Amino acid sequence: MNDDRRSDLHDPGIEELGERSFRVRPYALTGGRTRSNLDLPLETLVLCNARGRMVIEQVSMEQRQILVMADNPISLAEIAAYLDVVIGATRVLVGDLVAAGFLDARTGGSTEQPDIKLLERVLDGLRSL
Amino acid sequence: MTGSADSGEEIKVPIPVKVVVAGGYAVGKTTFVGSISEITPLTTEAAMTTVSDGVDDAGLASQSKTSTTVAMDFGRITLGRSDLILYLFGTPGQERFHFMWDELVRGAIGAVVLVDTGRLGDCFAAVDYFEARELPFVVAVNCFNGAVLHPLEAVREALNISAEIPMFHTDARVRGATRDALLALVQHALVRSRG
Repeated sequence: MNDDRRSDLHDPGIEELGERSFRVRPYALTGGRTRSNLDLPLETLVLCNARGRMVIEQVSMEQRQILVMADNPISLAEIAAYLDVVIGATRVLVGDLVAAGFLDARTGGSTEQPDIKLLERVLDGLRSL
Repeated sequence: MTGSADSGEEIKVPIPVKVVVAGGYAVGKTTFVGSISEITPLTTEAAMTTVSDGVDDAGLASQSKTSTTVAMDFGRITLGRSDLILYLFGTPGQERFHFMWDELVRGAIGAVVLVDTGRLGDCFAAVDYFEARELPFVVAVNCFNGAVLHPLEAVREALNISAEIPMFHTDARVRGATRDALLALVQHALVRSRG
């Protein structure tokens, strides 16, 4: 499944400025705001929602790739790996889509106190493997 | 089933959880991750710019910028009724990339330190790092190709690991062994959080 995603990404429409950077084209719907400040952890999971599917033809090429990839839950790290873009740049792109309301996002929670119920769920999940 | 049902109901995003896999160069981190990951291990990179002071052609002091990228291999396993996804991140090879280690351990359940008894020194830095941050960790002594199993007590003493830290043999190529290592870590984390 993931190999299929990869084969869609080599599109001549991507404007590469350098080996590890590319132009992010602001999409009209956000009124020109193109940078978000969301400090998303590597393992943040995102999922394209109904709003995201509605704008999929109107966003930039890179943003569309992300929305397509996120048809099933996928992490920031996976998106960066499949796009072959460094984490920092990917975080901005994904953060923008989350801030615009096109991607639903979930992070693991606070580091302050370990969540015992969550740890027990992980334990049960691993035992069932 | 993908995305959302036609009725307009959205599928909820699962909760991500994370375990860090540490150890020296070529100890078997990627093999360990790959033995249990539901996807072939991927590599992601972080950019880092370093500024160094030097002298330019005219003999004047100048600064030059170097861009490097730090690479990490990782994998994932869906747990439970698809409501949890566990990510396993291998630490970057070079210890100098500590800024990346900080990001990797942030929010992590804990770490598995993989040990190659032939190169014990390679994991000192990892053990020190996790102890300093009080991150739960376990030590898995990787044994491959039928190598003689080193007595764990000797390894514990050599690494100066306290008695309450779980230490055991593993084979990074074997899914069941990897699962057991992860179970040991989560159980250890639970004991610590209740204690």
